[in-house]
Amino acid sequence: MKQPDPAQGPGRRRARRLVTLWPTMVVGALIWVLLWGDLSWANVISGAVLGALVALAFPLPPIGTATTVRIGPLLHLLGRFVGDLVLASFQVAWTAVVPGRAARGGPTPHGALVSVPLRTDSDLFIATTAGLSSLVPGTLVIDLDRPTRTLRLHVLDIAASGGPDAVRDATLDLEARLLRAFAPSAELARVGLAPYTLDKEERR
Amino acid sequence: MTLVTDVAAAVCLLLGAFFSFSAGVGVVRFDNLLSRMHVVAKPQVLGLLLLLAGVALRLQDRGSATMLLLVAIFQLMTSPVAAYMVGRSGLRTRCVDPAVLEIEEDEFPAREAGR
Amino acid sequence: MMLAVGVVATTLLAVGALLAVVRIERGPTMLDRTVAFDVLTTALVGAIAVEAAISRRTESVPILVVLSLVGFIGSVTIARFAAVEPPKNGTAAQRSGPRPGAGAAGGAGPSAPGSVGFAGPNAGSGGSGVEPGPDPADVTGRKEES
Repeated sequence: MKQPDPAQGPGRRRARRLVTLWPTMVVGALIWVLLWGDLSWANVISGAVLGALVALAFPLPPIGTATTVRIGPLLHLLGRFVGDLVLASFQVAWTAVVPGRAARGGPTPHGALVSVPLRTDSDLFIATTAGLSSLVPGTLVIDLDRPTRTLRLHVLDIAASGGPDAVRDATLDLEARLLRAFAPSAELARVGLAPYTLDKEERR
Repeated sequence: MTLVTDVAAAVCLLLGAFFSFSAGVGVVRFDNLLSRMHVVAKPQVLGLLLLLAGVALRLQDRGSATMLLLVAIFQLMTSPVAAYMVGRSGLRTRCVDPAVLEIEEDEFPAREAGR
Repeated sequence: MMLAVGVVATTLLAVGALLAVVRIERGPTMLDRTVAFDVLTTALVGAIAVEAAISRRTESVPILVVLSLVGFIGSVTIARFAAVEPPKNGTAAQRSGPRPGAGAAGGAGPSAPGSVGFAGPNAGSGGSGVEPGPDPADVTGRKEES
């Protein structure tokens, strides 16, 4: 959506590219500082320069989406995420390690593929939802159909996860938490979510 | 104080090692590719995070802690991507046996064209 | 106390790594080996982390950064270039052959029909490879599990 107008000259386009470089430079500086473990001007500047160089040498399509940060929903998202990661790890580890299942036809529970149509249409939020849903209990992203905004998830144990509908609801809840934390109000209104509902997410 | 952090570090190290161990067990015992990837995506990530936390608690060094934080962030960001790449290519190259899946969509077997 | 913790943790990690090696040897497709290799790399990272924690060595930490990235890049590269592998058993009729141009990298090497390098467990799979039945299950190697 933020494709530069082809009518503009190459100079304008290059200038615009330089302007859109600044998030990469910030991230590069941050990574560089973390890597050296030392907050100094030399580290910040060289990290920013490296980030700009990487972004110029390996250009990627823009995923530019306006984001806002809401503190309350962000904490909710993070808290649920950490809890979910721990829970998921214990579940999968238990499923793998527990002995007796071999007697019942192998240790692998019956899996399933579930398609989840997401509501948001932003590349950034779709990708983040996909990444997060690999780390929460039960699901793993297998494929992503961008035109229909559909995630295809593999569910390790479809019976324990409560069937395809429960998986879909859980993923949509995850998406809702993410959108409440980061999406601008217009996007939230478009997908039909209230900005601040911290308890039970409503289903569409 | 040292005792408290040492005990916390020991707990982190043991739990993390257990999760890594369970990843190895799962990779051998699960009988299809997609189920094995669950093991790589979840317990292994948490196991490595716990091990890194144990190291940070034990070293008590700011420079090392930031580097370990970087490893943890990398791990959280890259593990779903790696699992997604492997799973997608497993689906498209038909390494995955449709018989072990409950497919509720219809297009799964037909969907291998175009990557 | 720390020494005991180190012994237990490294034992767990070593057993996990050994199991991953078992899967690398056994895994019927290249992707199975990739997944197991990821587990092996992480076990290695974990072992270095345990060592750094027990002996309080700061200088091992950069190795963790590098190794954690190498594992990821390896997995993604292999997955990106994985091709449709020719079946080892008699199910060629049920499967589409390798797409033209797609079999150059990745999976073609150890799994070509003639090479039996890693096909050891398949030999003992109860004759499922001989039957021409329309069962694609042996592609994933389910029958090999105990």
